[in-house]
Amino acid sequence: MLNDVTFGQYYPARSFVHNMDPRAKLLLVIAYIVSIFIANNFFGLILVTLALVFFILLSRVPFGRVLRSIKMILFLIIFTAILNLLFYAGGEDDIVLAEWWIITISWQSIINTIFLAMRLLLLVLGTAILTLTTTPVALTDGIESLLKPLKYIKVPVHELALVMSIALRFIPTLMEETNRIVAAQKARGANFETGGLIRRAKAMIPVLIPLLVSAFRRAEDLGDAMDARCYSGAKGRTKYKKLTFTWRDLLGLLFFAALITGIVLLNTYLLGRFDIIWQVQQWFGI
Amino acid sequence: METEQLANAPAETLPQDGTEAPAAPLPAVCFENVKYSYDEEEGGEFAVNGVSLTIAEGEFVAVLGRNGSGKSTLAKLINALLRPTEGKVTVFGLDTADTKKAFDIRKSAGMVFQNPDNQTVASVVEDDVAFGPENIGLPREEIGRRIEYALDAVGMTQFRSATPSRLSGGQKQRIAIAGVLAIQPKIMILDESTAMLDPKGRREVMDVVKKLNREQGMTVILITHFMEEALEAGRAVVMHRGEIVMDGTPEEIFARADELETYNLTLPRAAYICKRLQQAGMPLKNAFDAEELAEGICASLQRG
Repeated sequence: MLNDVTFGQYYPARSFVHNMDPRAKLLLVIAYIVSIFIANNFFGLILVTLALVFFILLSRVPFGRVLRSIKMILFLIIFTAILNLLFYAGGEDDIVLAEWWIITISWQSIINTIFLAMRLLLLVLGTAILTLTTTPVALTDGIESLLKPLKYIKVPVHELALVMSIALRFIPTLMEETNRIVAAQKARGANFETGGLIRRAKAMIPVLIPLLVSAFRRAEDLGDAMDARCYSGAKGRTKYKKLTFTWRDLLGLLFFAALITGIVLLNTYLLGRFDIIWQVQQWFGI
Repeated sequence: METEQLANAPAETLPQDGTEAPAAPLPAVCFENVKYSYDEEEGGEFAVNGVSLTIAEGEFVAVLGRNGSGKSTLAKLINALLRPTEGKVTVFGLDTADTKKAFDIRKSAGMVFQNPDNQTVASVVEDDVAFGPENIGLPREEIGRRIEYALDAVGMTQFRSATPSRLSGGQKQRIAIAGVLAIQPKIMILDESTAMLDPKGRREVMDVVKKLNREQGMTVILITHFMEEALEAGRAVVMHRGEIVMDGTPEEIFARADELETYNLTLPRAAYICKRLQQAGMPLKNAFDAEELAEGICASLQRG
């Protein structure tokens, strides 16, 4: 039942993007998100889309695999799009196409809806590239390294990173355990498949309680095992895996610097308007 | 500093065939009338009740006993996971009651636990093996060397970048041993480390442990309830209700089958069959493993 759930969605391959430093990738994703939000016209977003396609090609992850990550938030995208379409209050020069009770569909709201949906899609696809090309472990290392400055304001960065990596490490173990408990409860006549939502949720209680108890037992064992292997916090500890920036990361950073500059230029050049019709009109002098 | 030398010693002695200098007069582990109780306030039952035991460096000691006999508690008292309520435990002269020494004690006395799943820290084998060396603050190059050495010692080199959760029980436990070996301790404590494994996994682990003891002179303390495993050891100690009730070579101990039975322990299967045959009138020498038994039976049949 739970066997096919693999944690994370890492797509193993050898590529330019896979080989980038996880810290660089995290920074680039932040830059990418920023660029999506500063782009205030369709041309800016098209530029971001081109950059995204370029990176997908570089990462050698099949397009289908990347697009699959939309599935999870498709509902959210549609939901916000519909709300936007129906309830967007346009400006005075807006052309109203349909009006009923509190619902108005206008030219502006259609444009706005498309723009918003595009932003969300780009957001999800871009971050998917990060998780598709970086293992959760590397990601944790990257986050730990990037958050290191917070140590000076007494944030336990090393401990947080360790907690995260141990959590990742225990996901398959606990998954296996869950399957075992489910099987054991089924053998005792438990029914997980029929009934309404509440009934099914209730049926999970005899699974969750043993799981919780065993998780605590495991935690205690792990604590002993860590103690026995001389763990004594971040103090005096060295790290085996070292992250290093390479020319790839430099290229990536330069690429994104160019992207953001391009978007800013488009924004100022197009006066911050994102009505595509208006833009076309301006261009052709209609 | 003495502790410093102790910790660094294995690194230098390793390449030379593991022949240890016999100069160290300190016993590896020494219990002096140790008592330990889990509930401190009430002065309830002692899990370990008045144990005195000395283990010399290079020994292979099996600690036998049924569930609740205090053998696991004994193990945890050695590497300062538990501290004695009464009495004194020393590891190479370091007192486990001294909190400041715990780090050095754990550096020289490594411990492998029962459940392989609960002692793996990282999602990649080499990262997990690196955990110990990282904790003791070794430089990167040295950690790399130790990972190679440890994985080679347990025969898991080709699994260096594998995921522990995909390995078999025996393989996982060998990784756990590698994780301890990477710290290069002088004592290896195995607390029921074969209990959750299938016979094949148990064999794998026992082979590794035996090799470490023979080839590198590592002191091994094997806590187990498998009598067969005790036969591999040079010395066996039987615990019952927190006390040491028998202490000798495995052969000596298994020769006293009736006494063992009072502690709810049974003979290894071959030894049991041998005893029954003797009782039935077959003229047999005491045999403890299948091979010895087979030879004995052959010999007696030829004679008869």
